[in-house]
Amino acid sequence: MSIPSQMKNLKYIVTVCLLMVAPQLYGQISVSLDGPIKSISEAVKMAEPGSRIEVQSGVYEESGILIEKSIELVGIGMPVVNGMGNGFIFIVRADSVTISGFEITNTGQSYVRDYAAIIIEKVADFVIENNVVDDVFFGIYVADTKRGVIRNNRVESYDLREASSGNGIHLWNANNPQVYGNTVIGMRDGIYLEFVEDADIRDNFSSQNNRYGLHYMFSNGGSYYRNTFTKNGAGVAVMYSNYVDMSDNNFEDNWGGAAYGLLLKDIKHSKISGNRFYRNTVAIYSEATSDVEISGNHVELNGWAVNIKSNSIGNRFIGNNFIENSLDVRTDSPRNNNTFEGNYWSAYEGYDLDRDGVGDVPYRPVSLFSVIIEKQPAALILLRSMFIRLLDTAERIMPVLTPKTLYDEKPRMERIP
Amino acid sequence: MNKLTHIIRSELKSLMRGKWVMGYGLIFLALTDVLLRFGGGGPETLLSLSNVMLLFIPLVGMIYGILYIYQSREFVELLLTQPIARNTLYWGLYLGISIPLMSAFVIGSLLPLIWHGIFVLDVGSTVLVLGLGAVLTLIFVSLGFVLGLAFYDDRIKGFGFTIVIWLFMAILYDGLILFLVFLLGDYPLDKFVIIVSMLNPIDLARIMVMLEFDISALMGYTGAVFNRFFGSSYGVITAAAMLVVWLVIPMWSGLNVFSKKDF
Repeated sequence: MSIPSQMKNLKYIVTVCLLMVAPQLYGQISVSLDGPIKSISEAVKMAEPGSRIEVQSGVYEESGILIEKSIELVGIGMPVVNGMGNGFIFIVRADSVTISGFEITNTGQSYVRDYAAIIIEKVADFVIENNVVDDVFFGIYVADTKRGVIRNNRVESYDLREASSGNGIHLWNANNPQVYGNTVIGMRDGIYLEFVEDADIRDNFSSQNNRYGLHYMFSNGGSYYRNTFTKNGAGVAVMYSNYVDMSDNNFEDNWGGAAYGLLLKDIKHSKISGNRFYRNTVAIYSEATSDVEISGNHVELNGWAVNIKSNSIGNRFIGNNFIENSLDVRTDSPRNNNTFEGNYWSAYEGYDLDRDGVGDVPYRPVSLFSVIIEKQPAALILLRSMFIRLLDTAERIMPVLTPKTLYDEKPRMERIP
Repeated sequence: MNKLTHIIRSELKSLMRGKWVMGYGLIFLALTDVLLRFGGGGPETLLSLSNVMLLFIPLVGMIYGILYIYQSREFVELLLTQPIARNTLYWGLYLGISIPLMSAFVIGSLLPLIWHGIFVLDVGSTVLVLGLGAVLTLIFVSLGFVLGLAFYDDRIKGFGFTIVIWLFMAILYDGLILFLVFLLGDYPLDKFVIIVSMLNPIDLARIMVMLEFDISALMGYTGAVFNRFFGSSYGVITAAAMLVVWLVIPMWSGLNVFSKKDF
């Protein structure tokens, strides 16, 4: 053995020794493919609670990285963690864990277990940020947690079937989670909440998911705002929840026989305001909701602006803009238990003699045609036909078949800004 | 070809003298401008414009077509004594009326759309609506020609048929479809309603407008045939192809009648 190579070995040994002492000294461990610590799992095992692990860029083929200490895992230069289809990749089982700056890919699929890129269970105060999760079954899976932040992550997958894809951000039985600025594309549900209390969901972008862009189940309190939901298989669903605040979101291009901008089912005491609904098949679908205030929304160019089932009671549609929707309101009952007041309807043809900005004759948003296609859907092909327009006008003057009590007493003459 | 342009030019001159075409263009100009000023602009305007277009262009086209045959009777009979092929004369007459009508509509509607900035905003939809108007003009002028030639001596009958045909195609036909839909409601009707609607050029144009503006509503109907038809380019292509068929048949039959007619 030559002298230089001996020197090299010596250097290596010293470095390793130093590095082994380092965590104790500095609370910091560095993982890199050409360094002494080549595996994230190993680094996690070595780490003490409170230490920081920096992972240098490169491809790490690892899965089942079990984190049971409060540590901070930081990717430097977007290291890739490839799970090789072996299931869960990061498993977080300690409070106050941070995972940031990783590209996590390839969890593999399962019909039995919810394999996720990051699973966080029974902990509090986690931070998951700036990660790119690509081609996985579930993205970020949160169960039984308190507080915690998920922000600025990107989750994307490519399976087009509902059964074999998982949710992007899955929250189950979580308390006060904060979900900010994430992008979720091509999952089953973009963001899924079940038994979540007081969630704070904002500035997310959820698109092209196979089922819902956002799926809200049995989750009381909480709010979601300034999110954008586009081109999702079935739009956004909010079900069996009370006191939810939905505002300033953007619901766009959700098309299909069962696609809704916003589907409400068994919702009580909630607020929907300042949202924009653009080019959805049905902008707002409401079933068995009560005491929901829908105000100040901008509903434009949808197939149906509102589809409200007769078991929805005491909801108030106030001060919304309904602009050029193919049909305004659809309902399945001749009775009406909801209030429509002070909205702007672009289809309104009334007049305003006293010039107070409010039309002098009420507007009836359920047209005869809407009743006709409720009975004979194939008649939809006659939309915008002159004959239908004549029928509608006649019916508006003398309502016979449309709900007599469903009308807007004070339709606005001008668009509400 | 020279003769053809010559005929068209002389037609154009006499039309300009009549100023009717200018008025027709000005109506669309005023209408579009008012729609833009008071309708809020954007897709609403184009939709309202397309509603007016679907209703009036067929009527105006047919009336102008038949009126033209009646008015230029002496002119046509004079030209027929000259060494001009009947083909040339027919196309000269036809293009001489349909081109000014078409341009009156297109220019009249386009100018306000340009100065209100809608055209730049929504080029696709604008081109579609104006293009459909142009095609409808061509179709109904030639229908008017056919009717005028068929009832060459009986003008009252000719105008009567024009009104009845317009009423039928623009309004009653859809009532008939609705009636059939309710009558046959127990059967799967997707294919049936599509085919039946395709048989009327006004419905065809309306379907194309629907595909542009109401696709989100059309997707709400769960029939598979409907969804495949409207959800892909298949619907647009079929409707466009059918419009071309509708363009060719009256033109060709008009030419046929004109060439064989004993004036």
